[in-house]
Amino acid sequence: MKSGFIKIIKENSIEALSLIIVIMIWQLVADRIVHNSFLLPSFYDVITSFFALVKNGLVFMDIFISLLHFLFGITAALITGIPLGISMGWFKKVNRAVDPIIEILRPIPPLAWIPFAIVWFGLTHQAAGFVVFVGMVFPIVINTYTGFKNVPKVNVEAAKVLGCTQNIKLIRFIAIPSAMPSIAAGIRIAMGVGWMCLVAAEMFGASERGLGYQLWFNYYLHRMNFVVVYMLLLGFLGLFIDRFFRYYVDAKLLKWTAGTVV
Amino acid sequence: MGRVSVINVSRTFTKKEDESETEALKKVSFDVEDGEFVCLLGPSGCGKTTLLRIIAGLETLTSGEITLNGIPITGPDPKRGMVFQQYSLFPWRTVMDNITFGLEMQGIKKVEARIQVEKYIELVGLEQFKNSYPFELSGGMQQRAAIARALANEPEVLLMDEPFGALDAQTRNILQDELLKIWEQKHVTFLFVTHSVDEAVFLSDRVVAMTSRPGRVKEIVDIDLPRPRRRTGPEANRLRDNILKLLEEERLKR
Repeated sequence: MKSGFIKIIKENSIEALSLIIVIMIWQLVADRIVHNSFLLPSFYDVITSFFALVKNGLVFMDIFISLLHFLFGITAALITGIPLGISMGWFKKVNRAVDPIIEILRPIPPLAWIPFAIVWFGLTHQAAGFVVFVGMVFPIVINTYTGFKNVPKVNVEAAKVLGCTQNIKLIRFIAIPSAMPSIAAGIRIAMGVGWMCLVAAEMFGASERGLGYQLWFNYYLHRMNFVVVYMLLLGFLGLFIDRFFRYYVDAKLLKWTAGTVV
Repeated sequence: MGRVSVINVSRTFTKKEDESETEALKKVSFDVEDGEFVCLLGPSGCGKTTLLRIIAGLETLTSGEITLNGIPITGPDPKRGMVFQQYSLFPWRTVMDNITFGLEMQGIKKVEARIQVEKYIELVGLEQFKNSYPFELSGGMQQRAAIARALANEPEVLLMDEPFGALDAQTRNILQDELLKIWEQKHVTFLFVTHSVDEAVFLSDRVVAMTSRPGRVKEIVDIDLPRPRRRTGPEANRLRDNILKLLEEERLKR
């Protein structure tokens, strides 16, 4: 066990060293040059603030609330986005009917929906979730659609000759698995966008809790050390969500694309 | 039973933009007997692939009729298996699961289907690779798997569209030998599109030589050589010479 730990450190020595140096520079600049914890809180300040938050337990509640908002958004986006992208990709007429609407709605920045999110849902979890949904749904629809457009014709024909002729079966057994890499890429892009929307929605008042809300609240209190804690928390959580998804998808769903250049 | 009749089949393609028409096939007629091995041979662009696709049910005809055992063909059907020129295995399924696909579509459970297709995997010699994904296989192995996948449905006719076209010469010869073994073991009618005269003479009972566009039947040549055949025997060479002359006439006509 111990030798394993040493091995990991050895293998990642350059990465670890680089990280340590950056932290040291940060600490030095904040502590010796800036001398102002409002302009630049030092690493030590941030760490102690973080443990203070952990100690009173508040941070866990906010992480939970933010993840809940995110979960609302991603669930809604997947439930509507994937079927919409599928039907647009498979049925030409659906594409012609839906595409103009999407092209008009898509360029509206998701954050511009915040007023209506509040008007429609009030200061609820659904309001923040709605903004996340708006940010996520378009990349999912478009990537699902693209994936369906790129299903190789020969695979569809091979399936037909093997007795798979109904649309519903062709979609399920051929088009969806074939489009899976593109759909997964869409979800990953969407998660990045959704995470940003989440923070902004919470900051601009679509919620009374959550990491984004706390970040803004602490800014009002001029507690910049806490602002940095929430910034880092948001960064790490986003990273973990992305890594988890990538690990799960690559290992389970996209094993067959190993060896191809994606 | 797999008796295919092609009766007066014509196919015209119309371009949408300017309504210009291309005649791909013109009044093609021939019969393929049950259990026979027939090669369709012709200059490129003569419509031989189009004809095969019509028989598969993937393409429509403009006039005429094609029947299987007297019943007109209207669309794709597992009774008519097809092996494509391009690699057509489903890349998200393992070799085994590619071969079970047809059976799964018939409603047979995956576990059951896996047991049933074992013999086809053996037949094409892919036991070692049955759990591999297509990207892990060479071109020759992929086409073997595609043949097994088509056979697993127990078709009456196997349509092959230049299946060995993308393979190197040696692999090609090996697969031709294996294909003949399969044909002798299974009671299946083979309709094989190729542009290689050597391949046609080595494999088939009869060669349907087609004209250049619009494709018509130029001549049907009987290959009455005893099997197993020698690729370079004097009789084979004579037949090859005959067929090459037929094709050359077509080239000069253009």
